[in-house]
Parts: sequence; structure tokens; C-alpha cells
Amino acid sequence: MRTDIDQPASGEAPAHRPVKKNYTRPLDIKHGRIDMGHGAGGKAAAQLIDELFVAAFDNPYLRQGDDGAVLPLPGQGRLVVATDAHVVSPLFFPGGDVGCLSVHGTVNDVAMSGATPLWLSASFILEEGFPLIELQRIVRSMAKAAQEAGVPIVTGDTKVVEKGKGDGVFISTTGIGVVPPGVEISGRNARAGDVLLLSGTVGDHGVAVLSQRESLAFETTIESDTAALHTLVAAMLAAAPGAVRVLRDPTRGGLATTLNEIARQSGVGMLLQEAAIPVRPQVDAACELLGLDPLYVANEGKLVAVCAPEAAEAVLAAMRAHPLGAEAARIGEVTTDPHHFVQMATRFGGRRVVDWLSGEQLPRIC
Amino acid sequence: MELRPHDQAVVDLGGIRKEISIALVADVKVGDYVIVHVGHAIGTIDPEEAERTLALFAEMARLNEERDSKPHAAGSVGAEVLS
Amino acid sequence: MKYIDEFRDGELAKQIGARIAAEVHPDRSYSFMEFCGGHTHAISRYGVMELLPANVKMVHGPGCPVCVLPIGRIDQAIGLALAQGAIVCTYGDTMRVPASESLSLIRAKARGGDIRMVYSAADALALARQNPQREVVFFAIGFETTTPPTALTLQLAKREGLGNFSVLCCHVLTPSAITHILESPEVREFGTVPIDGFVGPAHVSIVIGSGPYEHFAEEYRKPVVIAGFEPLDVMQAILMLVRQVNEGRAHVENQFTRAVTTEGNLKAQALVSEVFELRPSFEWRGLGEVPYSALKIREAYADFDAERRFSLTYRPVADNKACECGAILRGVKKPTDCKIFGTVCTPENPVGSCMVSSEGACAAHYSYGRFHDIPVVTATAIEEATP
Repeated sequence: MRTDIDQPASGEAPAHRPVKKNYTRPLDIKHGRIDMGHGAGGKAAAQLIDELFVAAFDNPYLRQGDDGAVLPLPGQGRLVVATDAHVVSPLFFPGGDVGCLSVHGTVNDVAMSGATPLWLSASFILEEGFPLIELQRIVRSMAKAAQEAGVPIVTGDTKVVEKGKGDGVFISTTGIGVVPPGVEISGRNARAGDVLLLSGTVGDHGVAVLSQRESLAFETTIESDTAALHTLVAAMLAAAPGAVRVLRDPTRGGLATTLNEIARQSGVGMLLQEAAIPVRPQVDAACELLGLDPLYVANEGKLVAVCAPEAAEAVLAAMRAHPLGAEAARIGEVTTDPHHFVQMATRFGGRRVVDWLSGEQLPRIC
Repeated sequence: MELRPHDQAVVDLGGIRKEISIALVADVKVGDYVIVHVGHAIGTIDPEEAERTLALFAEMARLNEERDSKPHAAGSVGAEVLS
Repeated sequence: MKYIDEFRDGELAKQIGARIAAEVHPDRSYSFMEFCGGHTHAISRYGVMELLPANVKMVHGPGCPVCVLPIGRIDQAIGLALAQGAIVCTYGDTMRVPASESLSLIRAKARGGDIRMVYSAADALALARQNPQREVVFFAIGFETTTPPTALTLQLAKREGLGNFSVLCCHVLTPSAITHILESPEVREFGTVPIDGFVGPAHVSIVIGSGPYEHFAEEYRKPVVIAGFEPLDVMQAILMLVRQVNEGRAHVENQFTRAVTTEGNLKAQALVSEVFELRPSFEWRGLGEVPYSALKIREAYADFDAERRFSLTYRPVADNKACECGAILRGVKKPTDCKIFGTVCTPENPVGSCMVSSEGACAAHYSYGRFHDIPVVTATAIEEATP
């Protein structure tokens, strides 16, 4: 990205006032919209990048002004790279927006390997006609999220597509982190007898997003739980080194899908206790109204951990001591099962299988 | 629950509020409980009958205790016989 | 949640289960059919079977309107979207039902058909108002519970003179389904499961009342107990059925007294009869042509009848040969009896409609009950077993 824009004085300046050298008419953020010029790679694009993106993300790497960021190699450990695209609709929802979501999502993906996230890149696909004021809101939200997480956005890209070919904004972020030597966290590592821990209530994000979609229109106080989990992960690993075997954040497809993934990867089964899985009463009610199962609804600020049984208490205590894990709970255990079923003892006293999500979760009709 | 114009109403379920149609149910008042299906109320819940049903469940519990302490006693069915 | 949580209480469930166990005669088996999607779902999701004694069996009847929708009707809906360019709206589950040429509504959408999922018939009407230059068709399916909302929509459309709105009516009637199960000629081919009684549907009964079931009790000497859709309701209804069977009675009883009356919701019924009338015959997937089992739009509302507006003809299409949906819908076979259950036919790639809706017998069993077929061992059990 280039930041050295050199323009002659604009012709619209009032005649009686001398125009400053190098005066550039700033972006009209209040009323302006994205147009095809912003994606052409020329001056308009550079101005957009400079006045909107760099202004918000400002850090030494960005200020270098090159197409790529040159980063120092970490001394020890291994590199972790993760990437995610964010196409959420609507773009703004209670508790967040596509911007902070794109930061949290990738920071979390990196953290789920037990790594410390270090840097992010962000690529934007903008739709012609998208209001600049909304773009600024999103970009500022990203900047805030990145700053609070301590993970700068060091490089990026923007493209513009014709009106109708995009949903306002699509954001793709890639994150780089370092995992220290000796930390082996992977979906393959769950063993029979291990304990399943969940960091908090499920279903919040999905319900918050659904509440905004026009065809549903209900008033609710549920907010998305979108958050960066890397400090929670660090606290958990510090509490019981070597004991945490698997970490994963249950995003699309919900807790049920994530647990099934782990079960399959590790070649084990699982047994959950329904009464132990925390769900907010309003999320329960919203799911009831829509015929959805909270176990399959997306989360953006929760994680599930598989840990050695003797360390479960210590890890749980560390989670509860952290603001993002205050409602952490032990929700079940890993079993031996050649069919890799995730089963659940229901609150009602019966048992059921919690299977993979099939297709998109469509509400029932009777 | 609030009433709204054009046969609409706002219902509350565990803190979630949603606007639905009450065009299919006669004489719905604020404070009534309704059964909602595909965005419409299709019937109201009679609170007395609800209590009676719950009491019946509780009676099961009592009958079981009796059963455990003495020989089998036939219970009565509290629901409506219609034919 | 009031009137919900109390009816899902695990402690009470155990008590009712114990009651049932105490009252069943150990030397006979009891087979009860439920034909309400809500009941199928409740039984599976809460694991009700676990709490019942082994000699009480629940059979899933044709309670899922998506499951009984024949391929030919889905083809009509797909045709309206792809060939006629209409906006076709329907409820969620209908989107995935497999139809002809490996299509389904959701696949037709991927091919460019403007097909939209709605949560309510009123949403379809709103779409018509918002898109005056497009044809909007509401693909209306469902039993007596979903019919009144569709009737309402047609009334409103007529009142507003919405020229671009129409309904493809595939509403079906519950009592006809049951009669057909009990006495159709196909019974000879498939045989029939001895059914000792019926668990009457919850939502449908709120609308039609308990009156219409008296026919079954009298004609076929089978008890019917109308049950609410919460798991405790279902269990209590089972207890009531067991008692009737033991006492040799065949009456219609109402467990769902808090919401169901004898005559039902008269306002809704009046609305339905103003807009709809009986079809002489209608094809049900797996059951063939069933007389007086479905509704069509009356002459007075002909302008809003998609079948008339688009001059649709109905072409019946046979099910996949390996698919056992027909037998399963009758309760004659179990999902596990079907050769392609769980292998070729899964919720991801359903071959027949029983696998599509979560209320379908096959989907419910696949999602919730499969583990019953296979024993699962926990780590502690292994430890205890090894010396």
C-alpha cells in the first residue's frame, strides 16, 4: 500500500483563500460511497486505504508502506497460520459487527493450537455503492478489536466488485502465531476418560444475528459473544501444562458439530450431560420459538477443551477466574466408541445421539 | 402480551418478545397464554386445566410411593372421557 | 418458560415411567401409533423410549406433512420457480425433499430458482406486496394446524386484490391418513402392524378438536388419547392408553385438556371452510391415492390458486425402488429395516422424505436413536472389566 499521495491543489477551493500546497480533498466519509474507482489501484484507491484503513489500523508495519509486511522470525517454537472469511449478514448485529468478528475469529483459530497470535492481515471485498460511513464503522471496530487483543493488522488488500455482486463487505483475515515447544494441542489427541470443558453459554451469537434478520424481527436482549480467546487459552495452559489436549471454538454448526469433529478426528465417542451445558434462558426461548436446537447454533467467543481428568479441576478454576470463562462448566467426558457417537444424557432422563448438523439448520414445522 | 392493530399481538416467551398474528383465535386478552405455530396463535392455554394436568403428574409420584409401600392400588384417570 | 419447563421435568418423567411399568401386563406387548411430527420429535429428542418398559412400543405413523408430500408436487413447485420465474416460498423442511432429476427446492435454488424459506404464510404475502412485478407462489403444505394461516393469507390477498400472489395448496387431513392406514388395499401387500391405540396429535387437535377421532374409537375399537407435545404429556398419554387397553375400553380421551376442547378452534375452522374444499383424491407419498384426504382452493378464490393460474397438471412419480418410506409411514417397517438407511440415505443425502424432516421417522432415528442399535462402552466400564 502506498501512502505518498502528491496532488495539486483542488479546483473547488474558494478563490479568496490561498490553497495549501499538497492539498487533497479528503474522503467524504459522511455521504460518500464505494465506487469502482476505489478498486482500480489508482489514486482513489490509495486515498481510501490511507484515510480509512491505515488511519484506523496504524502501526509501524503498515507505516512501512510496502505491499507486504516484513516480520521478525520468532526465536523458538513453531509457526501457526490460520485464515477465515467473514460473510455474516447482517453486517451489524447486537454485540458486534463483521469487523470485530473478523479479528476475533482468526485470533481464536490461531489460539486453538495453543499459539500466541502475533499478526493479522485483512483483505476486503467491497461492493460498489457501499456507504463509506458504514465502512469506517466496521474498520474502526476492527482496529479496536485488534488493539484490545494486542494483535496488529500489518498488511491487507481491497477490491471492489460491481453492485449486486457482493453483500456490502466480505472480509478475509489471516493470522500468524507462535506455539511454544512442547505444546501439542490437536483434535487428534482426545482419549477415553478425558474431561470435556466448555467456557460459557452456547447459542448467543447465532440468536443475536438471527434477531436482526428482517423476516424474524423479535426484540431480544441477547448479544453476540464475539471475543478474542487467546488470553483465556494462555491462562488454561499455564494452570496445567500438558493437560489440555484439544481446543476448539464452536462457530458455525455449533457445539454439536465441533464435538463430532473432534470425536471423529480422535477416533473416540463422547457422553454429554445436558443439564450441565449452560444456555441463557432467552437463547433457549428464542430457539424454542424458531424450532432450533442451541447445540447447533453458532458461537464466536466460546471454546471447548478436552483435558486430562486429573487436571480438570485446575483448568476449570483457571477458566472461571478469567472474564471470558466465568460460566465455564464441565459438560461431559470422552468415551471409547468405534462409531464415534456423541451421546447426551438428557435432562429428561433419557439418552440421545447428538449428531452432525445436516444442511443448514432449518426450523421444524408440524 | 400486548395487543397490536390488525390482529397482531406481542407475545413473550422467556424474555424473547415477538409479534405474531392472533387472527385465528377468538377473544384473546392481555395476560393470556397462547400456543404459537408458524407465526400465528392457534389456541389459548386454559390455566386451570394446565394446573390440573400438573397435579395429575404429581399424583403419579404419590401413587408410586404408595405402591412401593403396599400392594398395587389402581389409580384414577383424571382426564376427560369423551365417548 | 412457563407451561413448557414444568412439562419436561425429569423427576416426574421417572414417576410416570414407573407407573407405566407397574401397570403393563408383563405377558403382552403394547403398540401405540403416534402421527404428530411434534410427538415424533419429542420422543426422540428427550429419549422417552428409555423410560418406558420393553413391552411398550411406539410406532411412527404419517405425522410429518413433509414426509407425505409426493415427488410430483415438489416437481410442480420447482417448475414454477425454474420455468415460470416465480418467487416460490415455503417452510423450511420442504426445501430439502428429494424430487425428480436429482433436484430438490434447495438444489433448484442453486440453479437459479428464486426459492425462499419463510417462517409464516404472512411472510409470503409480504413478499408479494414488496415485489408487484413478480409472481409470488406460496407452496402450502401441512396438516390442519398450518391450514388456517394459509386460509387467512388467501382472504387477505383477495381483500387487497393482490394480483401477483397465489397458493399451491397441498394441505392434507389427519383423520384420512389414519383411516387409510387401517383399511387400505395396500395393507394386503405390506401387512399391518397390530396397533393397540393411537396417540392423538397435539397441534392438529387444538384446531379440529377431539370430536373427529371418535370415529376411530367406534369403528375400529381402538383407544385414542390426544396428547400435548411436551414429553410428560406423551408419557401420560401412553399411561392412559395402557389403562384403556388393560380395561378393554376404546374411547377418545383428552390428555391435552389445557389446549384442546371437543369442538376445537371454531374460528379457525370457519376460516378454512370458507376458503378451501375437499379434493376427491390426492396422492400421498408412500400411501398412493387417498380419497377425501386433502384440500383445494374454492372457486371464490380461484384467482389465487396456483394450479389454475399456471395451468399445472399433476404427474405422479414413483419413489426410488430401494426406498421403504411407504412401509415406514404405515408403521409396517422400521427405519432400520430399510436397506439404504444410514448408508445411501442419510440426512445429508436423503433418498426418501422420511429422512428429510427432523420429524420423519428415519431422520429422527438417525439423529437421536441410532445408538440404541449399537452398544457403547465407556472407559470406566473397560476398567471395571479388566482385572
